[in-house]
Amino acid sequence: MSKHKSPRTTGFDTLALHAGQAPDPVTRARATPIYQSASFVFPDSDFAAGLFNIERAGHVYSRLSNPTNAVLEERIAALDGGVGAIATASGQAAMHLAVATICSAGDHIVASRSLYGGTHNLLEYTLPRFGIETTFVDPRDADAYAAAVRPETKLLFGEILGNPGLEVLNVPLISAVAHNARVPLLVDATFATPYLCRPIALGADLVLHSATKFLSGHGVVIGGLLVDGGTFDWARGDFPTINETYSGFHNLVFGEEFGPQAFITRARKEGIRDFGACMAPMTAFQVLQGLETLPIRMARHVANTERVVEFLAAHPLVESVSHPSLPEHPDHELSKEILPRGSGAVFGFTVRGGRPAGRTLIESLRIFSHLANVGDAKSLVIHPASTTHHRMDAQALAAAGIGEGLIRLSIGLEDPDDLIDDLRGALRRVEKTVRP
Amino acid sequence: MKFQVDGRTVFASTGTGRHRADKPAAVFIHGAGMDHSVWVMPARYFARTGLNVLAADLPGHGRSAGPAMDSVRELADWVVRAMDAAGLETAAVAGHSMGALIAFAVASLHPGRCRALALLGVSAPMPVTGALLNAAEENDHAAIDMANTWSHSPAARLGANENPGMWMMGTGQRLLETAGPGVFHADLSACNGFDPDEFDGPVSCPSLLILGDADQMTPARAGLRVQQRLDRARTVQLPGCGHSMLSEQPNAVLDALISIFV
Ligand SMILES: Cc1ncc(COP(=O)(O)O)c(C=O)c1O
Repeated sequence: MSKHKSPRTTGFDTLALHAGQAPDPVTRARATPIYQSASFVFPDSDFAAGLFNIERAGHVYSRLSNPTNAVLEERIAALDGGVGAIATASGQAAMHLAVATICSAGDHIVASRSLYGGTHNLLEYTLPRFGIETTFVDPRDADAYAAAVRPETKLLFGEILGNPGLEVLNVPLISAVAHNARVPLLVDATFATPYLCRPIALGADLVLHSATKFLSGHGVVIGGLLVDGGTFDWARGDFPTINETYSGFHNLVFGEEFGPQAFITRARKEGIRDFGACMAPMTAFQVLQGLETLPIRMARHVANTERVVEFLAAHPLVESVSHPSLPEHPDHELSKEILPRGSGAVFGFTVRGGRPAGRTLIESLRIFSHLANVGDAKSLVIHPASTTHHRMDAQALAAAGIGEGLIRLSIGLEDPDDLIDDLRGALRRVEKTVRP
Repeated sequence: MKFQVDGRTVFASTGTGRHRADKPAAVFIHGAGMDHSVWVMPARYFARTGLNVLAADLPGHGRSAGPAMDSVRELADWVVRAMDAAGLETAAVAGHSMGALIAFAVASLHPGRCRALALLGVSAPMPVTGALLNAAEENDHAAIDMANTWSHSPAARLGANENPGMWMMGTGQRLLETAGPGVFHADLSACNGFDPDEFDGPVSCPSLLILGDADQMTPARAGLRVQQRLDRARTVQLPGCGHSMLSEQPNAVLDALISIFV
């Protein structure tokens, strides 16, 4: 304990409601207005030139920035403890923006092999077409991360909670591996949200979220957020997009001009400008609505999840449940350190009786909705082997820990007793019809 | 650009402009624990509109080699040597916080080198509380927390930045964290030890004070007293603005700078 006392700073729950926004100075609107405008009028020509040349702060065109989006961007940067953020069209777009801002053809990424299927597709199949290769490693194996680093490696990547095994990413350890290799660590914190984990404080340099999930929280939008921790010392490594002159912006060197905001400025001035995967302001508003209640929703998501996990773990028809709250989960101890408020509301379990049992179970549920998403206020269910991960072959599925009978749940905010009743009823039906 | 002062490497931003002998110059001096990047917007503006811009990292800060200096007089003389090395005979000089003290000292000690003066977030003297000095001396993170919190107006602590998507509190914290051990303490010691009576040379160039109404570090009323030391001074008070005015109100600050530098 330090003998010096820091002043109190604004608490997380307050930031979730207020960061990035003051009541509208013109209309006095308390809620964040939806600035549904493609463009913003220049006060004069000199100011216009200044906006284009990053001498003036303000908005030009809603692909580049928008006042509603800016509130969301600031708010997530505040909640994650970063220097700035960019709202993107989807979580996928946030991942692409992060990679494209750092990597060029010939570069290399080391990523966890336990990823969301869409991220795996991007890294394994699509980015190689653009000359960016990824090596996949066991996220629990820091040595494997280190061993996979090559001279052309530019980025280490992992999900805070792996998919579907819920491997807890040891952010302090993997970020040390990254920094030793002079590359940043990017963490997908979608399943945790900053309420459960703030990866930057643990050593990560960049964080991304699919805002489609718990951040918006109601299953009504697609969106992504990319947060710059401002922690990484780009000058120590080989990062031409940050350290060298950019002829696409009058020979600007982002790393020299923008200090801790170098990455996020490059991402906006190049990636959002050129690839254009921006968020719609209406979406930003919906995500902001979600963020306002993030702390109380996440607490309830976690509490409900722990009840459901407990029920399933004790059920005779359930072969296994994978959630770090269970003592038998390999990352149970680590989760207390990385995710002290709980390990999220998405997890998998395996029902006895394989594929037919899985199908019967899913089709018998009444409150859980069978669909491809997580992080809704409503409870969700899916069978990964036949849906989200169907492109993976048997070997890759096994390596990612996805069995044929694995069922993934995303626990919502319903009365937990109703969720348990729903699952109990569906399991009874499995017992009657499949007789495993 | 990189150049040498006293045989040590110095980094300075030119606002991505090229220096030319026939252009007037503007020098920007950052505050305690900061670096040149706080000036990025004004630096780029004045570079585009025809000034030779020099926004240097002071010794031991940002990309300039150390050690850091702990007296305003030493730093002012260093700034003049940096101007020599960069080939700038005279310049409009702007400083923020500790940088404002340095700018004031440059104008007072080397009147021939300073054609206009802009002092942002200034007070003279600039006493630093013992709690902050002591924590900084031990390189304790509490020093960063104190400085970062007190440097932002209560409103700015919740953000609503003019610069889209940027979180001021996070950026301020990172800048302070980037300073090497001892650097912030040297800076704060320079502020704390500044005695305005040591710098009694008349300052007769056009001067501008840019003060924040909600500045807790250098309260505006203390800043106003600096005006008595300047022969031709104006003041711009920014409503609701805290000490981190370059990030809290970048457009208003630039407008004020344009009014004195152009
Ligand atoms: C962990 C994770 N990351 C990223 C994504 C991609 O986000 P989006 O669907 O918003 O593009 C998802 C979506 O399911 C996800 O679960």
